[in-house]
Amino acid sequence: MSALNVPLTIYVPQDAAALAVGADAVADAIRIEAGKRGLHLRLIRNGSRGLHWLEPLVEVATPAGRVGYGPVEPEDVARLFAEGLAEGHGGLGLVEEIPFLKRQTRFTFARCGVIAPLSLDDYAATDGWKGLARAISLAPAEIVAEVTKSGLRGRGGAGFPTGIKWKTVLDAPGTQKYVVANADEGDSGTFADRMLMEGDPFHLIEGMAIAGIAVGATKGYIYTRSEYPHAIAIMNSAIAMARDAGFLGGNVMGSGRRFELELRVGAGAYVCGEETALLESIEGKRGQVRAKPPLPAHEGLFGKPTVINNILSLASVPFILHKGAQAYADLGFGRSRGTMPIQLAGNLKQGGLFEVGFGITLGELVNEVGGGTASGRPIKAVQVGGPLGAYFPPALFDTPFDYEAFAKAGGLIGHGGVVVFDDTADMLKQARFALEFCAIESCGKCTPCRIGSTRGVETVDKIAAGRDVTANLSLLEDLCETMKFGSLCALGGFTPYPVLSALQHFPDDFARGPMPAAAE
Amino acid sequence: MAGRWGKLREGIVAPMSHEMAERERLREVIARFAGVEGATLPVLHAIQAEFGHVPAAAVSLIAEAENRSRAEIHGVVSFYHDFREQPAGQHVVKLCRAEACQSMGGEAVAEHVCRRLGLSFGETAADGSVTLEPVFCLGLCSTAPAAMVDDRLVGRLTPAKAERLVAELLP
Repeated sequence: MSALNVPLTIYVPQDAAALAVGADAVADAIRIEAGKRGLHLRLIRNGSRGLHWLEPLVEVATPAGRVGYGPVEPEDVARLFAEGLAEGHGGLGLVEEIPFLKRQTRFTFARCGVIAPLSLDDYAATDGWKGLARAISLAPAEIVAEVTKSGLRGRGGAGFPTGIKWKTVLDAPGTQKYVVANADEGDSGTFADRMLMEGDPFHLIEGMAIAGIAVGATKGYIYTRSEYPHAIAIMNSAIAMARDAGFLGGNVMGSGRRFELELRVGAGAYVCGEETALLESIEGKRGQVRAKPPLPAHEGLFGKPTVINNILSLASVPFILHKGAQAYADLGFGRSRGTMPIQLAGNLKQGGLFEVGFGITLGELVNEVGGGTASGRPIKAVQVGGPLGAYFPPALFDTPFDYEAFAKAGGLIGHGGVVVFDDTADMLKQARFALEFCAIESCGKCTPCRIGSTRGVETVDKIAAGRDVTANLSLLEDLCETMKFGSLCALGGFTPYPVLSALQHFPDDFARGPMPAAAE
Repeated sequence: MAGRWGKLREGIVAPMSHEMAERERLREVIARFAGVEGATLPVLHAIQAEFGHVPAAAVSLIAEAENRSRAEIHGVVSFYHDFREQPAGQHVVKLCRAEACQSMGGEAVAEHVCRRLGLSFGETAADGSVTLEPVFCLGLCSTAPAAMVDDRLVGRLTPAKAERLVAELLP
């Protein structure tokens, strides 16, 4: 570099997915190499852009924009510098031009991977707090109306209109109300909540403060998983910083309104992602689901009216308030408005986070965006919506990503997780796993889930062993019906989705003849 | 002589005082959360961070502090997978067993790790060196298969990469 006083700015993510593939060692190697070359280095630990197959993705600031290099191993660093990394030579070119990123519409993840997660200056410089500033200039009912008009639906999976939920809490009598962010992201194949908390934590805080002011809640809780230690640390720092800067506390942005925020950590129970089990857990109880009604909007946390939303719903709100409901509603498909942060995972060449307006087909997602399987083998099945989501065969790849279209095809979009399996997958094993997982994670409150899951595993084992296959298959279907309609919550109620879809679309995997005893 | 007295004291007095000291430390941790609404989980996490597990004595002390029954607190401790009633091994290996990791060969990694450690999931080595646990999703589904070794995250595991991790842990 010619000018020693102009620092060389390099970004190395500190997102957990990047750390898991060695980002810290890469950052160290860059520091050492820059030192050797006498360069004035400004190393920023950003969140992840969501181009996970390229992690650790190193970015170098150049006059033309940020140039990417990845995946980078520590051993590559000296060579990359020798080839002109400091000037932006070589590598992947401009990160914003990478098709996977260019094709997206980033509303919720606009800042993720771009800014330093805990920089209040970066946040404010990228339209941060503008939604909250507008919210405090409005009457609570006007904020709620704006959210309703945007068409935003709950991103946790149920797809319930967020504005209607907020209105119920706003209209509920009572002086103490709560806002709860459900960041208990337990579905395999999902990581959007984690990425947002690690890469853009003030964004969630802003969304929650808007929700608090809209419904008259003075206290909010974020409930996340103990499996996310990095997200917990960043989120806790962000809460403290936002409070010190006056975005939380007794006088939110000088509005005279109070909103306090606290992070709570779960303890390894998947079922706590179910909203009423989550509330029980914050209250210090076993994470057992509550019967509804009463709805949490009427009697939620500590028996008070409570808005409980997925964090992606809450993080959609600052954009809606800042740019207006119409700008959000302009995107989408049918009754699914706005964008969905889709998480591409499993056996894919290009896995990561892909935020796009609803309506993209499953086939486009896995073949075009995801680039097909990492193993190079044909895709056999795609599970959408986590462990409770259906397995889709390639024949259904024309299904558009939309709440209603997926329901019609016998599945659900859930929290937007997409897990791809190649042709080595055994769908009987996957069906068994779904039931086994339900048995491990069942809260035990209702019988269809508690007992049905275990009986289901036993029945699949009999099918696998070739015992009375036809009779046991119909027994399994019957059991799934009971679980579907008799369970108290989605854990027991939706476990039949992966089981029945595996049965329906991949019957060959269940047509087992008797096996030799040694193989059992 | 002093040595013999010391031994004698350890034998008779130390277990009592150890128990009392433990209760004292537990009380201190619990007191940090006085006034916190729904403090049970934060208290249990803090106790486990301090002791490495949730000692049996914690149940009645939390119950007393929160004015709840011991049965209720025991119910909470036993409900959540995270809380241990016994200390874990020196190192804890958590291997993800969920779908995204399965799709990328997680099963082969798991088989290798189990064989090399000589452990099944949920077991601790007899010498107390390693505990092997299943975990259902670390949110690293696009860099699968994934694991957490103590506080360190590891992605894109293969049996060979897992072998290097295991070799570091074994004495």
